[in-house]
Amino acid sequence: MAPETSAPPAAALSAPTIFSAKDRPGDGGNATLLTWKDPALLPAGAVLQIRRAVPPAYEWADVATVKPGVERYEDTTAKDGVVYRYEIRATVPDTSAAAAAIAGPPVVSDPVASHENWFNRDRTNSFIATVLFILVLLISIAMAKSGKNIFIRRIAGLNAIDEAIGRATEIGKKVLYIPGIQSMDEIQTIASISILSYVARATARYGADLDVPNKDPLTFASAREVVRSAYLAEGRPDLYREEMVNYVTYDQFAYTAAVSARMIREKPAAIFLIGYFFAESLILAETGQSTGAIQIAGQADPTQLPFFVATCDYTLIGEELYAASAYLTREPILLGSMRAQDIAKGIVIVLGILGIILTSLGLTWYAALFKTQ
Amino acid sequence: MNLEFGRVAIVVLFALLPIAGIALGFFVPTLRARGPLFVAFFAGIIPIFSLYIPKRFLSGETGMRPRLDQWLIIVAGFALLLGIVNVIQNGTRRIARREKGWPYSVVLLTGLFVTGGLGIWGAISGQGITTLPDGSGTPFKWLADNFFLPLQATIFALLAFFMASAAFRAFRARNTEATILLVAGILVMAGRVPLLEFLAAPFPPIQPAAAAASQGLGKLTEWIMQTPNGAAQSGIIIGAALGAASMAIRLILGIEKGYLGLGGGE
Repeated sequence: MAPETSAPPAAALSAPTIFSAKDRPGDGGNATLLTWKDPALLPAGAVLQIRRAVPPAYEWADVATVKPGVERYEDTTAKDGVVYRYEIRATVPDTSAAAAAIAGPPVVSDPVASHENWFNRDRTNSFIATVLFILVLLISIAMAKSGKNIFIRRIAGLNAIDEAIGRATEIGKKVLYIPGIQSMDEIQTIASISILSYVARATARYGADLDVPNKDPLTFASAREVVRSAYLAEGRPDLYREEMVNYVTYDQFAYTAAVSARMIREKPAAIFLIGYFFAESLILAETGQSTGAIQIAGQADPTQLPFFVATCDYTLIGEELYAASAYLTREPILLGSMRAQDIAKGIVIVLGILGIILTSLGLTWYAALFKTQ
Repeated sequence: MNLEFGRVAIVVLFALLPIAGIALGFFVPTLRARGPLFVAFFAGIIPIFSLYIPKRFLSGETGMRPRLDQWLIIVAGFALLLGIVNVIQNGTRRIARREKGWPYSVVLLTGLFVTGGLGIWGAISGQGITTLPDGSGTPFKWLADNFFLPLQATIFALLAFFMASAAFRAFRARNTEATILLVAGILVMAGRVPLLEFLAAPFPPIQPAAAAASQGLGKLTEWIMQTPNGAAQSGIIIGAALGAASMAIRLILGIEKGYLGLGGGE
């Protein structure tokens, strides 16, 4: 016998249960969250119709229709401070019969009003992790300040900075520093500008010529200030020239062409490619390699790292870029922050191994703990 | 006048406070370095707070967070003017002193003034920068299409040749690590193209075996990319993310000052 496919009479459509309407938690307001349990045995084509009214009047206005199985709806058309009542009922809209004749009994919610919230609960895990990391960082800095010896592994790329600048000084050629092509809102650029400060101090000390071509205007302004300050700090303002830090162009490949041409024409003895690079990374590094310069590169993003590793003498990989200022200056406060970074990395490794074990055992709740929006 | 809290707070934090700091800096030199640190603190703390606090004055469409991004664009616009002035200064100096390569500066400045002039004229005259009212292209667009875009494409195309020369150097089997790299590289390259099918094409009897082997090679390629390569990339990404977070906190707290020209941690 063929299954029954025609719409059942109204009495056969039961009402959704456990219907609740509340302010959507953790949002910026103007939204309510409706949840319910679908009625059992809904016929094919049945949907849940949601309507709302502003009490005391009960003029119901359609809000949405939701397919069975979702059991949740966010009304983002709600206005903060306005009290609403919501109604939900099962209907079968795609029938030739009159809609009212096949709508199930409605369920009406308690009055609800949306409002702004002070905390996004979906990000609780991220918030806890951030607070813990800050605490570990501050404790590590306090320990470093108290004179505790902190070991940092040797980073070859940073040790080679002085060697590269020394070589440039000996053979009387310039040091070319390329701070990436991103602006100062990119943390890799900020890290690069911190390293530039150290490089500029070294060139000022040794009397080597420095050239810093820029693609981004904000990076240009910061780099100029940093280089000027470095020469002043080293007591060599006489060696500083405005054209040391220069602006080239805002276009990626025009910048690449200009800097590559500068490499070929002027043959710098040392080239630093530190910051955020995209497709131009290999063009610049390979051109620099062809000129015979010592090349030190640094990038945290793994997409361009293989190109630098293949073409440069030294490469600061990932976190090494951010460790540079601590490593170079050996300031206790900065070293303390590096210790915190290592502790956090250790925690991440332990949590990762725990995740592998628990997930392999079929315990999915552990992975869910780290889900964030 | 719209006096939303977010709007007013941004003006106070990033305009009035820095101006007051600069003014006070003339009388108290130590304050000169503190001003940028305050700006960095607020500029860093607002996006972090906006992640966790969904209040409209902070994270809404017209809240402090999106306004901060708008301010960045405005500041970058002014900085671009500084950059253009620098290009003109450097170019004219090189030409005036007949420094090595000065003819390049003539080409650069000619390009800057002609292209920039045509673009500005199109905007001022109301004819449009790229398209005239009759739908035809402006001289600015002609220059962009016929000079700028082909040159840009040429530089980008060089990447293929540089990639080949860099791969040649990287894949030389000098030691164990380089040999592993070479073998993995060859396997991945072979697995991404129908190499075995191509080689077996003239020999029909071995074509089914070649197709099966090619499929196996494809799976091996995927394994190399997903497992050892993916694991190494994840390691770098996690380390870099923690490094970036640590650096961001150092910047916000004013511990890291190297980017301000004050030396690391001074």
